[in-house]
Amino acid sequence: MEPVISVRGIVNRFGAQVVHDGLDAEIRAGEVFGIVGGSGSGKSVLLRTLLGLQKPASGSVRIEGHEITRQSDRDLLAVKRRYGVMFQRGALFSSLSVAQNVELPIVEHYRIGPALLRELALLRIRMVGLPEDAAAKYPAQLSGGMTKRAALARALALDPAILFLDEPTSGLDPISAAAFDRLVLELQKGLALTVVMITHDLDTIFRVCNRVGVIVDGRMISGTLDEIVRDDHPWIRDYFHGERSRASRGLAGTDG
Amino acid sequence: MQFEAEDQGGRSRFRLSGRWTVEEAAALEARLLKEARAAGGDVLFDAAGIEAMDLTGAWLLRSLERRLRDSGRRVEWAGGRPAQLEFIDSTEAGSAGKAPAEPADADGAHRVLRELGLRAVHAKEGALDLLGFVGAVTAGYGRIFGSLRRLRLTSIVRHVYETGLTAVPIVALIAFLISVIVAYIGAQQLRKFGGEIFVVDLVTVSVLRELGVLLTAIIVAGRSGSAFAAELGTMKLNDEVDALRAIGMDPVEVLVLPRIFGLVIALPALTVVADAMGLAGGALLCWYLVDIPFGQYIERVQGAIGEMTFWVGIIKAPVFAVLIAMVGTLRGMQVRTSSRELGLLTTMAVVQSIFLVILADAIFAVIFMELDI
Repeated sequence: MEPVISVRGIVNRFGAQVVHDGLDAEIRAGEVFGIVGGSGSGKSVLLRTLLGLQKPASGSVRIEGHEITRQSDRDLLAVKRRYGVMFQRGALFSSLSVAQNVELPIVEHYRIGPALLRELALLRIRMVGLPEDAAAKYPAQLSGGMTKRAALARALALDPAILFLDEPTSGLDPISAAAFDRLVLELQKGLALTVVMITHDLDTIFRVCNRVGVIVDGRMISGTLDEIVRDDHPWIRDYFHGERSRASRGLAGTDG
Repeated sequence: MQFEAEDQGGRSRFRLSGRWTVEEAAALEARLLKEARAAGGDVLFDAAGIEAMDLTGAWLLRSLERRLRDSGRRVEWAGGRPAQLEFIDSTEAGSAGKAPAEPADADGAHRVLRELGLRAVHAKEGALDLLGFVGAVTAGYGRIFGSLRRLRLTSIVRHVYETGLTAVPIVALIAFLISVIVAYIGAQQLRKFGGEIFVVDLVTVSVLRELGVLLTAIIVAGRSGSAFAAELGTMKLNDEVDALRAIGMDPVEVLVLPRIFGLVIALPALTVVADAMGLAGGALLCWYLVDIPFGQYIERVQGAIGEMTFWVGIIKAPVFAVLIAMVGTLRGMQVRTSSRELGLLTTMAVVQSIFLVILADAIFAVIFMELDI
């Protein structure tokens, strides 16, 4: 089966600084793919490249068979309807209520009556575990955890096939983070999503990711969690075999 | 079509097919409503033909199912209920499933009263804000005079540069053009009485006393008043102001006072530039239109300038500067939650500072008249 997202030989540079130097990645349908890397290794740049927000200097990105690096903005729009993005700090529109934030992508792309529109927005808001009275609230009135959930609800607005999550659990306490991870898994199974997440959180990686791609030296080393844990690249070894990591794996083991 | 109803001896068989996705939602919704009303008796759903179903499609189908059940009909599924519906059931199980009641819109007299009350509350909050701000700024002055180290010189210099030096070209150009226009109209009118020479007096007095400083203040209010509000507002949204407080720095001292001092230095300086360019514009037009040579123009200007003419204009500049800087920074600090607020308050900063500048100018005019200057 063709991978949902296939990245070949991506090169990204800013001035003299090369961020990605021939990066390859392959993300298959229905998996939860975790992108890991040190600070400044280009995780966010990779995400922006996958979203088509940034054109790489060279290389190709195919999403569901569409080559997005060479597509016109109009063709790219069709691809954009197929994915949802949850940005790290939510990026909710501050002048719109939570419900309006969720409705916005739907209104923009489809002709739907106001009553059904509100129903669909509320369905998503309930689905991410927010209380209904959150719908009328404005982003400034939400706590950190609620902001993340509201952002997730907006990411699900267009019934995406692919869900991109940028640091979904950063800034959450461990209990909320675990709850958020469970939510992502539930939604991923229930809605048959392909999830691509950038994360630093080892707990999250062990709890939800099927496969992991580690960005090191401008390239990506990817594989199943077991394969990556056994990889002998020094950075990966440090990352997965530090003290924190051992604790996380123990945790994931007992957590199921 | 996605939906076919077929009567099977008192029972309807709904054969579902095609795409049940958000693209089709509008059409699907209309049809489902109609079918739900038309069909009688129990219902058997057959979902085998569905090619694709997403959350929206599943929600519509589930709503139909519930509506049929609620009207007392038995609903069954041939070949199983689609998994997406089960998933929605599982996520809905935990919640009440009822939309929150929208606050009912009050009608007529109530709405007027409510609006009036809201405005009164906002006005009170605004007044308290203003009072608190003026108090904080005054206290800030006090602290600075207590210890000059608190006078942030680097910051003040930056604001003099940004609000003053970079505004020189536009202020110079506008002062020049306006005085050309004044001189032109003056020359036309005064020619009727043969008093063209008085064009020089007209230009000199109006530019030095009023136009120079007023135009400069309005341009600066548009340029820098908005910049102050936008910059401080963005800092508020990014929690930078809270960060300053947490570090133990006073936002008024760090953000507001340097802007006020900077503008108090920059605006009079800009006014001098505007005055000079205004006189130059007058000279050009007098030479071109009324044949007054440059030497004679200068002489005439010196005759027209009273002891106080220049100072009457320039003395207003620091006052205008304080008004513009205070309004701009206050509006910026009032931004709390959203980017829309930032836009509204920035607009308000410009409009109010221009209004206050003109109001202050009128008050000055009355004072100078009483003082007979």
